[in-house]
Amino acid sequence: MNRWPARLTVAGPGNVRVRRVLAQALFLAAVAAAGAFVYANVTRNLQQLGIPLGFEFLRYPASFAIGETSIAYQPSDPYLRAFLAGLVNTLRVAGVGIVLATILGVVAGLARLSTNALVRMVASVYVEVVRNTPLLLQLFFWYGAVFLRLPPPDQALRLPGPVFLSNRGLVLPAPRPGPGLGAWLVVVLVGLAVGILLYRRLERMRVEQGRDTRPGLAAVVTAAAVAVAGWAILPAAPLVWSEPEMARFNFQGGVMLSPGFASLLIGLVVYTGAFIAEVVRGGVLAVPRGQWEAARALGLPPLLVLRLVVLPQALRVIVPPLTSQYLNLLKNSSLAIAVAYPDVLNVSSTVVNQTGRTLEMLVLVGLTYLSFSLLTALLMNVYNRAVRRGVS
Amino acid sequence: MAATDPRVSIQPATPPLAAGALLWLRQNLFATWYHALLTIGTLWAVVEALAAALDWALHRARWEVVTSNLVLLLVGSYPREELWRVWLAVAVLAGLGVASGLAWGGWERGRRWQLPVVAAWLVLVPVVLAVLHGAGGTQVWGGFLLTLILAVAGITLSFPLGVLLALGRTSSLPVVRALAIAYIEGVRGTPLMVILFFALTALPLFLPPSVRPDLVLRAAAGLVLFTAAYVAEAVRGGLQGVPRGQVEAAQALGLSGTKTMLLIVLPQALRAVIPAIVGQFISLFKDTSLVAVWGLFELVGVAQSVLSNPAFVGRHVEVYAFVAGLYWLFCYGMSYASRRLERRLGVGER
Repeated sequence: MNRWPARLTVAGPGNVRVRRVLAQALFLAAVAAAGAFVYANVTRNLQQLGIPLGFEFLRYPASFAIGETSIAYQPSDPYLRAFLAGLVNTLRVAGVGIVLATILGVVAGLARLSTNALVRMVASVYVEVVRNTPLLLQLFFWYGAVFLRLPPPDQALRLPGPVFLSNRGLVLPAPRPGPGLGAWLVVVLVGLAVGILLYRRLERMRVEQGRDTRPGLAAVVTAAAVAVAGWAILPAAPLVWSEPEMARFNFQGGVMLSPGFASLLIGLVVYTGAFIAEVVRGGVLAVPRGQWEAARALGLPPLLVLRLVVLPQALRVIVPPLTSQYLNLLKNSSLAIAVAYPDVLNVSSTVVNQTGRTLEMLVLVGLTYLSFSLLTALLMNVYNRAVRRGVS
Repeated sequence: MAATDPRVSIQPATPPLAAGALLWLRQNLFATWYHALLTIGTLWAVVEALAAALDWALHRARWEVVTSNLVLLLVGSYPREELWRVWLAVAVLAGLGVASGLAWGGWERGRRWQLPVVAAWLVLVPVVLAVLHGAGGTQVWGGFLLTLILAVAGITLSFPLGVLLALGRTSSLPVVRALAIAYIEGVRGTPLMVILFFALTALPLFLPPSVRPDLVLRAAAGLVLFTAAYVAEAVRGGLQGVPRGQVEAAQALGLSGTKTMLLIVLPQALRAVIPAIVGQFISLFKDTSLVAVWGLFELVGVAQSVLSNPAFVGRHVEVYAFVAGLYWLFCYGMSYASRRLERRLGVGER
């Protein structure tokens, strides 16, 4: 960052310092005066409305229901718990969304660079359509034009899986933990460790002796074999597959995603995926062409060129904008109110409607989102320092 | 672009036309057996999807919902006998757009007009708003008109605020810098939805009881406060791009600090920053739709209210397709124009 140098004057440096201090004091005084004016307005307005200021109301019972929660919540719980339930809902949709958007974005970004012209074209159409229409409109589309117009549960569309689509949402089969889960997880971890060790070993052999040892394949096969063997040998099943089935009025078993959650998730994934695709594409294009050519000239097969030469360099370009896309997804999940999904902002606006405590809830919501941004910025700084150390 | 493109392109000397087309097909669609499979699979999916979409658009879609509500979608409940005001506003804005395109188009003669054009935006936009306001206040603004008003007013009004914030952030005075950073990072860390919620529900609490802005004004205030932080970051980039030697040369000539900033640094920085501002405008243009969630009837809000009319029940796809097409046309058009402009700027100036 280059800052404008303090002005050089004919008078001595002491004069300049005095003027700088004076200017800042004046500026601070002006800001303080504005703050005092606003504070006076707020107290007078709140007094007129008969609303007190403070956070004690968070302990009062909320007495409203929340459509779907991941933590135990009932209307007799305090407002604070309702807020937390909303926060968990935000994190749930953002967490799943980030994983899926990354997959979609990487696939679409690489597709835009494909040597296959048709694949390239399809990916470009996807990116240009999605990036040039508002997210809110896309959410309304998924919610109003897709999910709410599906048939009622008793005539639900049945897709293989079985997956049921109805106007109550999306029902997917889901694994449920069985009695042998703990023991099997230990076996899986052991298998993973063996796989990683094997990979390192074979990779070193390949680099040092130039033999095609296929380390990735060997490692994956070994880890999978250990996991499968563990499943077969263990007496109690580690996971029980829970398939949804139609009961009298609704579904039983499986996992049910509400129309709000499903539309918000799909909307965020499709939208953010297009932006991530551009980030990935830019990152890969940023790797100088000579690097590709040099790697090919060394006789590396295309996949290894990508993994050993291009990706490590592209990742350095990709990671910072990628994290800002993750943050955008988290911030955009605040559009949940449009699809009636109870995220942190939706719950908070209900609280405001009930209690009139606008300022307090705004401070809570604002600080919540801000802390995520600051946390990400912190992690990015750590990452940047690590990368820079790797370079020098 | 072309220089860093990883795709290896093999250009034969001068192939005959038919052979060239065949060669292109083989290289780009059927290079290997898996590419051939991929091509055929994708082609099948694309054809199926296009056929279904065409069948829907031509046979099953009922476009009356759009045609009979067209004026509503475009201008909301704006008095129909006052529509000349809208046409006037559109003409002025189109003129400003063309003037900007010419000024930044890369011609030597146009560049002289860059600062006057910025000034014209800052002066004419309030005039246009006043003309539009004359038909009965802000309550009658709606539909695509309100979308445009919020976006154009938002970017124009946030521009001066953004410049001030950027100057604050690059200031050598620590107190000013800290406050500017706190504002910029605070706003950028908060979702627009939260800021609009603040503007629409809590803003009156901060004002004296005699000042009670209406909903449109509050929403505009929220958009301006939000966008200013992003404009500030763009302008900061422009300020940092001005070579240090320019400042030193100005000081050597005896210009004061304020004059250096106003006459030397800012004019150069603002010119460089306009393409980034266009990008910001595009994203603001899409983001204005969020005010629909808080009860304002801009384009998406009007679309939702049309769909809640029992006469048009279940015609979501038609309405959304029209609205999305309108947004797409504007956003893609603007980003296409600014991309070309940027390319030309890059060639012309360096």
